[in-house]
Amino acid sequence: MNTTMTLGGHFTYFVTIFLMVAGLFIVIARGNLIKKLIGLGIFQTSVYLLYIAPGKLVGGTAPILSDAFTVYSSPLPHVLILTAIVVGVATLALGLALTVRIREAYDSIEEDEILNMDAVPSRQEQA
Amino acid sequence: MRHDLILRVIAKLLIPFILLFALYVQFHGDFGPGGGFQAGVILAAAVIFYALIYGLADARKVVPEPLVESMMAIGVLIYGGVGVAGLLLGGNFLDYFVLDHDSVHGQHRGIFWVEVGVATTVSGVMLKIFYMFAARGNADDE
Amino acid sequence: MSLAQHLPALQVVIPLLAAPLTVLLRHRTLAFAVALLASWTAFAISITLWLQVDASGTISYAIGNWPPPWGIEYRVDPLSSFMLVLVSGMASVVLPYCRSSIEDEVPQQQHYLFYTMFVLCLTGLLGISITGDAFNIFVFLEISSLATYVLIALGRDRRALVASYQYLIMGTIGATFIVIGIGLLYLMTGTLNIADMGQRLAAVQGTRPVLAALAFLTVGISLKLALFPLHQWLPNAYTYAPSAVSAFLAATATKVAVYVLLRFYFSVFGQSQVFGQLPMQEAMLLLALAGMFAASATAIFQSDLKRLFAYSSVGQIGYIILGLSFDSVSGLTATILHLFNHGITKGAIFMLLGLVALVMGGTSLSRVQGLGKRMPLTSFGMVICGLSLIGVPGTAGFISKWYLLLAALEQGQWWLVFLILLSSLLAVAYVWRFVEAAYFREPRQDVDANATVPWSMGVPTALLVAATVYFGLSTGFTVGSASQAATFLMGAR
Repeated sequence: MNTTMTLGGHFTYFVTIFLMVAGLFIVIARGNLIKKLIGLGIFQTSVYLLYIAPGKLVGGTAPILSDAFTVYSSPLPHVLILTAIVVGVATLALGLALTVRIREAYDSIEEDEILNMDAVPSRQEQA
Repeated sequence: MRHDLILRVIAKLLIPFILLFALYVQFHGDFGPGGGFQAGVILAAAVIFYALIYGLADARKVVPEPLVESMMAIGVLIYGGVGVAGLLLGGNFLDYFVLDHDSVHGQHRGIFWVEVGVATTVSGVMLKIFYMFAARGNADDE
Repeated sequence: MSLAQHLPALQVVIPLLAAPLTVLLRHRTLAFAVALLASWTAFAISITLWLQVDASGTISYAIGNWPPPWGIEYRVDPLSSFMLVLVSGMASVVLPYCRSSIEDEVPQQQHYLFYTMFVLCLTGLLGISITGDAFNIFVFLEISSLATYVLIALGRDRRALVASYQYLIMGTIGATFIVIGIGLLYLMTGTLNIADMGQRLAAVQGTRPVLAALAFLTVGISLKLALFPLHQWLPNAYTYAPSAVSAFLAATATKVAVYVLLRFYFSVFGQSQVFGQLPMQEAMLLLALAGMFAASATAIFQSDLKRLFAYSSVGQIGYIILGLSFDSVSGLTATILHLFNHGITKGAIFMLLGLVALVMGGTSLSRVQGLGKRMPLTSFGMVICGLSLIGVPGTAGFISKWYLLLAALEQGQWWLVFLILLSSLLAVAYVWRFVEAAYFREPRQDVDANATVPWSMGVPTALLVAATVYFGLSTGFTVGSASQAATFLMGAR
């Protein structure tokens, strides 16, 4: 009984860890540049969950002052995560812009093909 | 998509409401979910919707590129301007308390203008990103 | 309104507002003028702040007039003021250099955007150094990192794009780890203000979330810091970026990451928790030594000078972390000292390499053959900076190595003294590769005989090389600041 209660109470943390590890795995294991960015996005989403889920207090209402309520959920995590989301969007946009430029320069967005294309000129450079 | 009658009519009907909704989200940010970033994205989405239906060239006529680039910069300047206004009126940087005759109205004013700055920059950035990606490669020739 | 009391805010606001101005003023000379004015003003402010902190102690500034810990606080203490001087000083010296340096490295219609990104990077780095709020550190860190990715991608070679992408992925993972760590700390203490967090952590010390937060923060910051083995992004990024960008980044980006590490370790977690209860000392010692030897050894076998000195940077960061692992005031002094000394030395080296690229058409060892004959002053500058990397008396590098050795001797670790001297031999080896190519070979035939170095590039470079020698001989400012900062950090908890 005790383990299931702990599992239930910590449900959001399990989801957070799952998303975190899934995102990291995609970044490391996939060679396609766009898939890496998607993995990065999933990884960042897990962080949003980590902040927001504990922000909701049991029995707390929306953080707008009212005489009828005494317990309010914390608005600070939401503000922090808004900032983090904007940062994530900017990073994604920059990553995609770089991917477009790389596609134009290399004609490929697979990491191993790009590294192969790069390895050949560097041997010539030593001449 | 220009030739598809249904899409064109629906777009013409919906885009004003999307813009109105963006303004609603902008001004109700301190009472409900919303604020500058969300409003900016919805505003940009309306223009992108227009670009998808009517073509990039038409969208560029409605919202020209120099305007978009200036919007990005002007939004940041508005935000910084609110901060500097706090400095000039005797408080610290980004001090909202001194912006009006009493603290509560000062907070209102500060938050209002800061959110305007944020919405301007965000819609400018989203539109700029869309324009740059859409213009890359084959131009949309519909 | 007395300007002096608002200096902490203006330190960040002036470069921040310069950025949209450069976007609006599309003309490249006007944008350059605005950027230059902003960074010189920032430098003047940082010096004023340093003098203020030196005279009267820590300055606290409440943004928005919300008192800490409810509001965001800008806190200038001995360590922050030192970092501010370093960062704004490097920006002020590199910006005049940028003007001619990016002429052939960046397309003309994008010059004003280059200055925008440079000023934004400066804003981010200054913000990290001055803020007293943990989440604010993350925000400014991302501002500077995103600007850095753009700056690196502006390099001429198409490999700059791949290097920037790789740095983006690794840097974002690092920053996200940092934000996870900050989140766990926020969950445990309920506050984001660094000073307040430090006090409240005493009650929950040793609990698992706090230890997890320490782990996440260490790994995240180490990614940004290019601590071995998380340094994979650095060689490519420094090699393919424009020379001015390499110079600025080599001098500031990793150093500010070290600052963040020091800030979290000493002002939030406290020395007793980080070093007393966990084997952090041993871990850092191992990684620092591995970095020093592996990176310096790899540097010896490189054929491109920029890549060679990029690996050398990873090795030098090993020295910085080695000083931290001693957990003593003199070790910490050596760390903070080397932040500054290595910053100016590496900045000078990359600026010199930019001159070489301009005249000789590239920076590979085959191209710099006969540099001693073709560009005698530049080669001489490279030799001086190389001596500083090795740690020869009379240069800035010697001073930090000296304090590092003192810290090792203080703890009776003779084998460490031996290892530090051994790694300096590796530095001799890779500097010798340059000297051998420059002075003992004949120049190539296909080098443009008429290319000269413009004044706007030569003067800042000469200034930095002179600074490398100056701070090796007159150590009042550097050693005084570093030891004051170290004592302040260690004395806090």
